[in-house]
Amino acid sequence: MPLLLEIVTPERLVFSDSVESVQLPGVEGELGVLPHHTPLVSMLGLGELRIRKDGEVETFAIAGGFLQVRPDKVVVMAEMADMAAEIDLERAAEARREAERALESGFHEGADLAAARAALQVALLRQRVAERRHREGPRRRG
Amino acid sequence: MASQRDIRRRIRDVGRIKQITRAMQFVAASKLKRAQDSTLQARPYSEKIDEVLADLAAVLGADEHPLLSRREEGKRLLVLITSDRGLAGPLNTNTIRFAARTITEHEGDLTVVSLGRKGRDAMRRARVPLEAHFAGYGDRPAFADVIPLSRLITDGYVSGEFGQIDIIYPRFVSTLVQRPTMEALLPITPTEDTEGIPGNQFIFEPNAGAVLEQLLPRYVATRLYQAVLEAKASEESSRMVAMKNATENADDLIEEYTLAYNKVRQANITREMIEIATGAQAH
Repeated sequence: MPLLLEIVTPERLVFSDSVESVQLPGVEGELGVLPHHTPLVSMLGLGELRIRKDGEVETFAIAGGFLQVRPDKVVVMAEMADMAAEIDLERAAEARREAERALESGFHEGADLAAARAALQVALLRQRVAERRHREGPRRRG
Repeated sequence: MASQRDIRRRIRDVGRIKQITRAMQFVAASKLKRAQDSTLQARPYSEKIDEVLADLAAVLGADEHPLLSRREEGKRLLVLITSDRGLAGPLNTNTIRFAARTITEHEGDLTVVSLGRKGRDAMRRARVPLEAHFAGYGDRPAFADVIPLSRLITDGYVSGEFGQIDIIYPRFVSTLVQRPTMEALLPITPTEDTEGIPGNQFIFEPNAGAVLEQLLPRYVATRLYQAVLEAKASEESSRMVAMKNATENADDLIEEYTLAYNKVRQANITREMIEIATGAQAH
C-alpha cells in the first residue's frame, strides 16, 4: 500500500506525493513512518525530514508544527518547510550571518531572545541541509 | 458654447485619465491573480489544522483551554479588515457600513482593532474606540505578518479583557461579488469530527493537552491569515472592476466630446461660409 505524504505550511502546499517511507523529527525524537502506521498526532521539532521513494532519498528542512499520521497518509503541518534542493546556498548562508548578527547586537529579553535564538537555529538547519544536498546530490539507496 | 480649443483640451485630459485607469485595471488584475493563488495555496494548511482541532476536541472538553471556553464578561472586540489604499470601488464603504451596523446594534463595551487604513479612519471619524491599528500587509501578506495581531487578541482573550472576538472582512465570492462577512474567532468552536479517523483513535504526542496548547494559537493565526488573503483578493478584484468601469466611462466621455467638437467645428465652418457669401453679395 502506498503512503501518501503531504507537507503543508501556512503559506503553501510544499509537497504532495506517494512515498515508501518518511523519517522526521518529532518533538520526542526521530520518527520513522511506514504504511499501516498507528493513527498519531504529534508535535514536530526542528530538523530534517527524509523521504524514501524509488530508492532515492529527498530531504527537507522543517521546523515546528504538527504531524498527523493515518495508515495510508501522513500530513506534515510545519511552520517552515523547504526542499533541500530548492534552498539557495548563498542566501541560506547570508540568512545565518544575519541571524547571528541580530542575536549578538540585540537587547534581547524573554520572548524576544527566544525568537532570535529560534531564528538562528532555523537558519543553521537550512544551511546544513542545503550544503549536504549540494555535496552529495540526491542519494541513492538500494 | 465651449470653444473648439476647450473641447479639444478636455478630450486630451480624459484620454490621459483613461490611460491611468486602464493601467490600474491591469495592475489590479495581475495582483488579483497572485492574491487568489495565495488564498488557494494557504487552504490545505488551514483545512488540516481544522481537522486536527476537531480530532482533539473529540477527546478533550471545552474547559481544557481558555481559548475554547465561553465568557460572560469582557469587552467585545471586532477585527476590521479593510484596505490601505482607496480607488477600490465600493468595497471599503460596504465593509465599514456593515461593521457600523454591528457596532450600533451591540449593547455594552465594544472596541475595534483595525487592519488597513480605511477602516481606522472611519472608526476614528465615528469615535469608535480603537484598541490597536495595524497597517495593511502590502501586496503579498506573509503568515508572519499576522502573528503580532494574533498574539494581541489571544492574550487579550486569555486575560479576560475580551469576552468575544469577531472578524469583519470582505469575503471574496467572485470577481464581481465581494460580501462583507462577520466570523466568530474567539472563543473557538471546533468543527464536528467527521473527517477521517475519529479523534479517540489517535495517539497524541507528547499528549493531547500539549498539542492543543500549541495548536490553538496557530489556529487563530491561520483564521486571521485566511481573512487577510481573502480581503486582499477582494480589494484587487473590486479595484479592477472599478477601474474597468472608469476606463469605459472615459471612452463614453471621449465619444461625447468628440461629437460636441465636430458640431462646433461644423457650426464654425457654416458660419464662415455664410460670412463669405454675404461678403460677396455686398460687393
